[in-house]
Amino acid sequence: MTSCHLAEAPIKKVAIFGGTHGNELTGVFLVKHWLENGAEIQRTGLEVKPFITNPSAVKKCTRYIDCDLNRIFDLENLGKKMSEDLPYEVRRAQEIYHLFGPKGGEDFYDVIFDLHNTTSNMGCTLILEDSRNNFLIQMFHYIKTSLAPLPCYVYLIEHPSLKYATTRSIAKYPVGIEVGPQPQGVLRADILDQMRKMIKHALDFIHHFNEGQEFPPCAIEVYKIIEKVDYPRDANGEIAAVIHPNLQDQDWKPLHPGDPMFLTLDGKTMPLGGDRTVYPVFVNEAAYYEKKEAFAKTTKLTLNAKGIRCSVH
Amino acid sequence: MCSLPVPREPLRRVAVTGGTHGNEMSGVYLAQHWLQSPAELQRLSFSTVPVLANPAATAACRRYVDHDLNRTFTSSFLNSRPTPDDPYEVTRARELNQLLGPKASGRAFDFVLDLHNTTANMGTCLIAKSSHEVFAMHLCHHLQLQYPELSCQVFLYQQSGEESYNLDSVAKNGLALELGPQPQGVLRADIFSRMRTLVATVLDFIELFNQGTAFPAFEMEAYRPVGVVDFPRTDAGNLAGTVHPQLQDRDFQPLQPGAPIFQMFSGEDLLYEGESTVYPVFINEAAYYEKGIAFVQTEKFTFTVPAMPVLNPAPSPAS
Repeated sequence: MTSCHLAEAPIKKVAIFGGTHGNELTGVFLVKHWLENGAEIQRTGLEVKPFITNPSAVKKCTRYIDCDLNRIFDLENLGKKMSEDLPYEVRRAQEIYHLFGPKGGEDFYDVIFDLHNTTSNMGCTLILEDSRNNFLIQMFHYIKTSLAPLPCYVYLIEHPSLKYATTRSIAKYPVGIEVGPQPQGVLRADILDQMRKMIKHALDFIHHFNEGQEFPPCAIEVYKIIEKVDYPRDANGEIAAVIHPNLQDQDWKPLHPGDPMFLTLDGKTMPLGGDRTVYPVFVNEAAYYEKKEAFAKTTKLTLNAKGIRCSVH
Repeated sequence: MCSLPVPREPLRRVAVTGGTHGNEMSGVYLAQHWLQSPAELQRLSFSTVPVLANPAATAACRRYVDHDLNRTFTSSFLNSRPTPDDPYEVTRARELNQLLGPKASGRAFDFVLDLHNTTANMGTCLIAKSSHEVFAMHLCHHLQLQYPELSCQVFLYQQSGEESYNLDSVAKNGLALELGPQPQGVLRADIFSRMRTLVATVLDFIELFNQGTAFPAFEMEAYRPVGVVDFPRTDAGNLAGTVHPQLQDRDFQPLQPGAPIFQMFSGEDLLYEGESTVYPVFINEAAYYEKGIAFVQTEKFTFTVPAMPVLNPAPSPAS
């Protein structure tokens, strides 16, 4: 039986990032409190470091100061010569990379959890960047099972052009944790409770793994990004239609060709075209108006993970 | 006295303002739409001007640039000598006062309707100055009768002795529509459509009034503020807890002494320590964190609104 399991190295260092977007308050609140009293996030044999990634944006309760911190952890930005003229977030990205990123293959953070909120009705969401990452698929399976019957969805952003260079991507195992709906600048108790549970189960998984528990092969349902859809706009580039009431708040639910998608300011319904059912996510996310994304189309598929166990046991 | 007791003449000059807070999107999009296509605002007996109140904040999709515009319409801001260092909103408030006021003068607009959204679960809330604003009270009553399914609640903001500071106070009569919950920066179709319908009905009411319709006396129930409660905070001023799940989204519902209002990071509940039942509103409004307000305590009261004097119908075409 154990020969079917992949041996993975023990997890030594975990970071929990809050405030990557300064107005997504659940992560800000949790990290600030864990910095004062980290008992809840400690596990034997594991170093867990909470960290505020964008303190200036947090202070102003805004998404970012100059540019979106969660889009710039690519080689080009990380490699720019440090100077006062660089955008605030680019300088900050380089600092974060030096603190948490790989240093010649050693002494890096194994897992980074990056805490986010969305104005979309996405519930508890885990964001996966690599469809072949057995360890993370196993972790996500564990979290979903532990949270049930509370739904927890997995959003796969692996895509040749749509994948973005996230803050957490500097770790071996990057995990996006996104809970909504919550307005920017608001801290809701119910959303806080959900995110807290997700972290608890994630850390429990790592602890069980380190302690030698074997996780048999498993499968999870994920939603993989296909394309982003912008709002219909007029000749001046202004939004000319709104997310249709039938689509509003219906993240993760099937949208069929012919179903209402947008409603123009004149009251006309614009339906989904094409010939296949899609699963919309990030429907009407406030921060995505400027990124020209009304929602993202995804397709549902199953990812399989091999069995895993910790290599030191 | 910033408004006439009851209009004795038809209302001729009306404005609808959106984007007073640049991230409250229903009003932003409606104002922008009407600036392009004003036709749906037209009525026979009066003219209506759409106004984008805070263009710079709207362009940045922020509540304000330097100072909350909807707190800037006091005589001290409006009448002090302009300087080059004035905050953007102070300059803008003076411009709006020139356009729609001057406040407390005979030249002011007859009516201003100001459009807002809140992250709080306040449904359809009608905000007027006080129960003495007979015209505004009749208008609120009309909206409540037209849309019973919306359960429109009336919030009367005037505190005794305090000068009004909001935009619609520059006109002889004013009302604000506050629709929620809607996140800042988000445009929801359902709320947008409701706001649009309500504006149309407000204008229809003014037309009815101008045409000599009789509006008899009635009893009205409304809420007026009696205090505010801030979030529990750490010594550093950070949030120490959140609005309790049993209070969250319960705007306009009674809050009894001893009921939980906050949940601390540790999980402990903080209980309401007031001595009487209050009706909280603006529960967990994003923009009020920086003002030190987790919710506004109100008391519910009932009062009689006298009949409005019937005008002799004189429907001159809108100028």
